Amino acid sequence: MLSIKNLHVAIDGKEIIRGLDLEVKAGEVHAIMGPNGTGKSTLASVIAGKEGYDVTDGEIIFNGKDLLELPTEERALEGIFLGFQYPVEIPGVSMTNFMRTALNEQRKYHGLDPIPAGEFLERMENARKLVEIHDKLTNRSVNEGFSGGEKKRNEIFQMAMLEPTLSILDETDSGLDIDALKVVAKGVNDLKSDKNATIVITHYQRLLDYIVPDFVHVLFEGKIVKSGDKELAMELEEKGYEWLKAETV
Amino acid sequence: MSDDKNNILDEVTQGEYKYGFFTDIEMDTAPKGLNEDTIRFISAKKKEPEFMLELRLKAFEKWKTMKEPDWAHLNIPPIDYQDIIYYAAPKKKPQLDSLDDVDPELLATFDKLGISLDEQKRLTGVAVDAVFDSVSVKTTFQDTLSKHGIIFCSFSEAVQNHPDLVKKYMGSVVPTGDNYFAALNTAVFSDGSFCYIPPGVRCPVELSTYFRINSAGTGQFERTLIVADEGAYVSYLEGCTAPQRDENQLHAAVVEIVALKDAEVKYSTVQNWYPGDKNGKGGVYNFVTKRGMCKGNNSKISWTQVETGSAITWKYPSCVLLGDNSIGEFYSVAVTNNHQQADTGSKMTHIGKNTKSTIISKGISAGFSNNSYRGLVKIAQRAENSRNFSQCDSLLLGDKCGAHTFPYIDTGNSSSIVEHEATTSKISDDQLFYCLQRGIDTEKAIGLIVNGYAKEVLRQLPMEFAVEAQKLLAVSLEGSVG
Repeated sequence: MLSIKNLHVAIDGKEIIRGLDLEVKAGEVHAIMGPNGTGKSTLASVIAGKEGYDVTDGEIIFNGKDLLELPTEERALEGIFLGFQYPVEIPGVSMTNFMRTALNEQRKYHGLDPIPAGEFLERMENARKLVEIHDKLTNRSVNEGFSGGEKKRNEIFQMAMLEPTLSILDETDSGLDIDALKVVAKGVNDLKSDKNATIVITHYQRLLDYIVPDFVHVLFEGKIVKSGDKELAMELEEKGYEWLKAETV
Repeated sequence: MSDDKNNILDEVTQGEYKYGFFTDIEMDTAPKGLNEDTIRFISAKKKEPEFMLELRLKAFEKWKTMKEPDWAHLNIPPIDYQDIIYYAAPKKKPQLDSLDDVDPELLATFDKLGISLDEQKRLTGVAVDAVFDSVSVKTTFQDTLSKHGIIFCSFSEAVQNHPDLVKKYMGSVVPTGDNYFAALNTAVFSDGSFCYIPPGVRCPVELSTYFRINSAGTGQFERTLIVADEGAYVSYLEGCTAPQRDENQLHAAVVEIVALKDAEVKYSTVQNWYPGDKNGKGGVYNFVTKRGMCKGNNSKISWTQVETGSAITWKYPSCVLLGDNSIGEFYSVAVTNNHQQADTGSKMTHIGKNTKSTIISKGISAGFSNNSYRGLVKIAQRAENSRNFSQCDSLLLGDKCGAHTFPYIDTGNSSSIVEHEATTSKISDDQLFYCLQRGIDTEKAIGLIVNGYAKEVLRQLPMEFAVEAQKLLAVSLEGSVG
């Protein structure tokens, strides 16, 4: 599904990602871990197509398409979803309106008519239940006045609405208490199928107790320095990242 | 449903001004230039009673002693008032009681603008007075309205048929010499709408005037007078468009509203005059005086405006709160793009006790445009326990445009409360990225964000108008973010 080869990314001339390779197949959950400032969020942004990043070398292929050639919105329409670390507020735009617009753009891209009202409401209802969001919340403006936990749940809500092929969850666990974490994890697990894939970017092993990854990668200084299964995450939790640093030098 | 949606999408993605066409129709025009003869010509054409001619001439004398106002944050190129045609009317003078007598070209023009003058074809309860250049073409739903005793007709007809009402109220809110453009309007105004709601009557339909400038080199000087008698209510809509031309066209209108005891008037405008091209060539100069007088106790006047058109806008819909407990409101969205300039806002004059006013102004600037809010809240000494709340927000798109706020507050007593809030913001890259990441392209994302920003004002508009306004906002900002 996603194939990243020899990716090099720089911001303002400073190289952040230095030769990264990653293969993600349908049905898989990958966790990317690593200390602060090693390029985890940069990787997520580059896949999603945020401006301000220079891809100096390498390629990203998504379902046979050269992702780096596609504008940001087309990547989304092709099925890439980014769960934001800091979801932004859009005053005056209701969640309902926002979701209907996004969904209908997606349908238009795939040659479908706009979603009928009844179907849309049903979908909202189901997605809401999944992440235990009040219907009041969806009448509010996008992320406006949401608590930290509500914002994160709202990201998973949108993921449920848009049914992406590849979801990248950037530090979705940060700032969540344990109950909210469970809700978010349950949402992600319920949405999992053999047709989609998830990349979970996280700092802590904690989230991986609830979202069990098939693969764990350690990102360090812009490269994946070690890959393994969930045992690797446990090991990291125990020993910290220092021992890897020692190992890679 | 899906077809409708697609149409809307198509409209939103076509950035060009879509009302820029010109109707080729035989016109009866006054010679270019402004002097006493021009005024006598207009007055004679309209077969006006003597008092009206006198009023015009008095205003003209006054105007000659006045100067164009220069205090606005606007760069107005010199206007040659002798190079303007002050009267232009379609030659075939329509008989106002039958649609069959209206020039088919004219009907086609209004159809094209989405204004059907055929009552049979109108779905919703909106009565329309259509003004084409200097004359009113047709006022619909006359019969329904007259059953309630409501007078809704062209200004010219009102002068003929209801001279007492006109004489009593015209100029009572905006005096002849109020300002340069109001004086000019009083001297040369050609037509407009007149509306009178009798005591205790709630007008059953929305009243609407649609203004269209068509002829080249003509100015449009319409006059609107709305009187809501005791306990009456009316909601009034105004729309306007003009053909796309390289030269500038002058539009200097006057709107007066009088609300007597317990009366309420709601006045909504979607102003979409031709704004000029991308390089700032052409476009309408919109220099308009709009003022309402809450004359009786417990009366209320509410202005809502969505301003997207015009090359230059100079406009301050205001309220004089004379009656005790009266309420004035001003809700505005003003969009400027490319080289447009707008200096707009409101004036709330509190005279009666316990009077309340609200000003919500949302400015949106893009391209190379300049957008200013100018407001005055004046609380007279006797206006005890009065309140004002003003909120002025500016949204900037890009870094070559300007947003300015000029609030003036003048409080004459210590029992009143005046609040002013102001913010300036930009559409952040993060907001755009968030939308793009959900598959919403840039143009649409800006449309969403801007409409969200203007929501407080848009929701004041009558339903049908609100949809129109939302589309218009998106179209006006086409191509504003690169």
